Amino acid sequence: AMEDVSAKFVSQKISRTRWRPLPAAALQPPDLFATGSWDNEDNRISIWSAGDLGNAGLNGEYHGEPHLLCDIQHNGDVMDMQFLDQERIVVASSTGTVTIFHHHQNNQTLSADHQWAKAHYHVGQDTSCGGAACTGVVCNNPEIVTVGEDGRINLFRADQKDAVRTIDNADSSTLHAVTFLRTTEILTVNSIGQLKIWDLRQQRNEPSQIFSLAGDRVPLHCVDRHPNQQHIVATGGQDGMLSIWDIRQGTMPVSLLNAHEAEMWEVHFHPSDPDHLFTCSEDGSLWHWDTSTNVSEKPSFLHQGGRSTAYLSHSTMNQSVVSAWLSNDPTKDRMEITNLIPNQTLSVNSLDVLGPCLVYGTDAEAIYVNRQLFA
Amino acid sequence: TPLTDTVPPQVVPGADPSARQLCFAWGPAEVLVCETLFGRAGGFRSPRPVGATARALTGSVAGTGDGAPSSSCVFVVRRDQDIYIHTLRKLFNESHGIFMGLQRSEEELAGKSRKAQLVQVSKNYRSVIRACMEDMHQAAVSTRDPALQGQYSTQVSILSAMELIWNLCEILFVEAATAGPLLLRLLDWVRLHVCDVDSMVREVLSSESPSKHKLFWNVVDVFVLQGRMDEARHLLSKEASANPASMNMYKILDDLMKKMPVPSLGNTQTLTELELKWQHWHEECQRYLQDGTFASNPHMESICKILLGDEDAILEKKELMTTWYHFLVTRLLYSHPTVKPMELRFYAQSSMDLFLGGESSPEPLDMILMAAFEFEMHQVIKECSIVLSNWWFVAHLTDLLDHCKLLQSHNLYFGSNMREFLLLEYASGLFSHHSLWQLGVDYLDHCPEFGRVYLELHIERIPLSTEQKALKVLRICEQRQMHEQVRSICKIMAMKALRNNRLGSALSWSIRAKDAAFATLISDRFLKDYCEKGCFSDLDLIDNLGPSMLLSDRLTFLGKYREFHRLYGEKRFAEAARLLLTLMTAHIAPCSFWMTLLTDALPLLEQKEVIFSAEQTYELMRCLEDLTAGNPDKQKFQDDDVETTKVEMLRLALARNLARVIVKEGTVEGS
Repeated sequence: AMEDVSAKFVSQKISRTRWRPLPAAALQPPDLFATGSWDNEDNRISIWSAGDLGNAGLNGEYHGEPHLLCDIQHNGDVMDMQFLDQERIVVASSTGTVTIFHHHQNNQTLSADHQWAKAHYHVGQDTSCGGAACTGVVCNNPEIVTVGEDGRINLFRADQKDAVRTIDNADSSTLHAVTFLRTTEILTVNSIGQLKIWDLRQQRNEPSQIFSLAGDRVPLHCVDRHPNQQHIVATGGQDGMLSIWDIRQGTMPVSLLNAHEAEMWEVHFHPSDPDHLFTCSEDGSLWHWDTSTNVSEKPSFLHQGGRSTAYLSHSTMNQSVVSAWLSNDPTKDRMEITNLIPNQTLSVNSLDVLGPCLVYGTDAEAIYVNRQLFA
Repeated sequence: TPLTDTVPPQVVPGADPSARQLCFAWGPAEVLVCETLFGRAGGFRSPRPVGATARALTGSVAGTGDGAPSSSCVFVVRRDQDIYIHTLRKLFNESHGIFMGLQRSEEELAGKSRKAQLVQVSKNYRSVIRACMEDMHQAAVSTRDPALQGQYSTQVSILSAMELIWNLCEILFVEAATAGPLLLRLLDWVRLHVCDVDSMVREVLSSESPSKHKLFWNVVDVFVLQGRMDEARHLLSKEASANPASMNMYKILDDLMKKMPVPSLGNTQTLTELELKWQHWHEECQRYLQDGTFASNPHMESICKILLGDEDAILEKKELMTTWYHFLVTRLLYSHPTVKPMELRFYAQSSMDLFLGGESSPEPLDMILMAAFEFEMHQVIKECSIVLSNWWFVAHLTDLLDHCKLLQSHNLYFGSNMREFLLLEYASGLFSHHSLWQLGVDYLDHCPEFGRVYLELHIERIPLSTEQKALKVLRICEQRQMHEQVRSICKIMAMKALRNNRLGSALSWSIRAKDAAFATLISDRFLKDYCEKGCFSDLDLIDNLGPSMLLSDRLTFLGKYREFHRLYGEKRFAEAARLLLTLMTAHIAPCSFWMTLLTDALPLLEQKEVIFSAEQTYELMRCLEDLTAGNPDKQKFQDDDVETTKVEMLRLALARNLARVIVKEGTVEGS
């Protein structure tokens, strides 16, 4: 319910929000998250405490808005951000630089640990070599992969000064996002509607597989992989469309689901409950996609007032896998989707889900924490 | 009062009219002040550094000369300086949400519920101001920099004054409280804003014997002046228990205070009933005062006089009330509890005169509040526009009043109407800010007359630092069918990509803008690269053009030509040959490229198997002859040995192919 959401206006446009990962086998919900800002004269990386755990009420509901623990200046817009481990965050900048920031928990400070200056750059015909925005970063400690407007893919190791591998001109259009498919394979999406698989073991500078949207080549902005079933991939496009791909077969998406009216900026499967998926968009909405139940047994939290709920028919083309995301079984062929932000006007640039908690940030310079997603 | 500090002296730091003649150019959010060469000659004055000292107006020097005597400065003067105050960004963002909600709420509700809705909106705006004030206060307390502290404190007082004015406007205009409830609302207003009495109360109550505290009677008086009877009685009971001698007197006073009739918010009593009861109670107070019941205790006697509305007795407590509008409300409470909205102006004027007593002249805040009490809405807005250093306040207040249908008759002799004029000013300020421009868009959307034009002008001036930002700006334009701007943004981005040698990106930007001319330009670059390097770059893009290939002829050609290479690579020679020929005969290929295409035909002609039919071969021959005959650069062909050899080789290959195909076709037909 909306009452469970605490908001804070932070006087900077937020481009990224990320929960700090929990230590293995942790039982508590996440308590710390990081944000990055964009389009400010002075951009910052900030670490927030999600709210006072000590103030937990009898029913387990939390009060108190997020409060700032520490922050540090960041050169350029924060384009993407990912925790490397519990203390280190990798940040992609619009200047093309990739920085690892260290969060010192003992004295609540942030410092820049390591930096790859102009990891992404243009070689212009008449201009000198200028930085190109690094649009996406993904980590699998100690490996870090970045992509950028320069169509370049970089593979770094947190402990090495130079790039382990660089694929120049990997893509002739802008690469918008990257994620790991397996430990040695990555997925990228670009501005002409393509999803590509790259095998980093191979020395060839070509993708091992290319998938693309049919018809108008609508740019893809975000990508996430199903945490358990690695062949299921979700992407979000410029038209707000959610595409589900089965990368074992075909070259086109298995299904196209329409919800947002403008660019989908992020898509995330719930890491431990992947029947749930979350997307946010330039149109100011944040959708919760739920395939966990069929319509007859909806969980009660989806009926609360103030939300618009819609049912979408799943236009599937393939049904060989028993997964809610790929199935078109008529009894399960419905997905419940809920907009968690009614009446929002400005873009929701980022979201992150972990355990029962959701955090998101907007161009209206506010961050929101929902600690009872499945209450 | 807070507002006096905020009237900006209209001085542009560094611009000195005594040294140089100045000229002005007014823009939507900024004024340009230029030094001219008219009048006084430049002399030997060197340009002074400015900007850092800009305090009154946010000024900055756009360009200064190199120090030569004739150099002159251009000053950029911003008209909305508060836009740049970091701590106010919360105000701008949060109120944007409320503003949008109000625009959406359009009149579905009627009558009472609509009014309740508008009052709620007004309260929401005020709570944002208050929240901002608290943040600012926190910031002032926690900073160690005295200059910064001063700045924050000034902002706190400005916000506090804004909230004070807004609250009064809410009572008088938005809610339009009627006689009875009006007084209750005004009491709340005074309690909320006038003199922070709580600390004094705490001090008195926490002392060992409160009634002996030197501030004891002050606190009782403050409660009485604000009509907080229960609290006043509670305190008085302490005095009574500490001082049994005055017990009787106390009981009488306590009874009077308890019985004082007050207007109710519900419809439980009519005004006449109230007036009757009040008259009765008033007479009772009068009796006790006259028979000297309180004569032995000047404090209690003074309270009784206050209850009777004795102006002198109330004025004696001037220090406790601090402002004339507190005096006004106290006076109304004890003399005219059923005051009607339209009678307010008389009491307000006389209260101010009495309170200030000719000792001091009214300040801007006083004038604004007075205008409100006089129901001169336009005067309120005008004064606020002059006095406040931001457009936020007047823009939002005016919009709210407009939604209350209070401003409709008022049209300006310039622009459209006051609401729109102020919204345009505010939005323009937002656009001049590095980060807040996105908010401005929504405000302009709700300016029916000029919003669109303003948006068109502003949106093109937003720096497009990353593709992501360009996409956001583009989305704004596309949603509003601003085709001109969409084209211009895409062109800027395509040019940038081109300069960075990112042909693929450049092409996708021009495809998005449906910019055929630019797509042609980029296609030519691709073809040129191909001719030079012998291979295509950016195959991933060219192979995936899809329907966008039809955007320009050259792009179509590029796509088809690449398709030819693919077919050839896949050894689908017949299809490749047919496509190659079509590219020329259907005039898809530019003439300049025919030679390349014909050369591409060579290996097909040389294949062991015959690929081109007789008819196709004739067509190829015609193409070659057209090219060599019709080419104005024929001279060039003859000069160029390589070209001549190529033509000869082609003629030979074509002739041989023709011979082979005639034989073959003859054989096939013959068999």
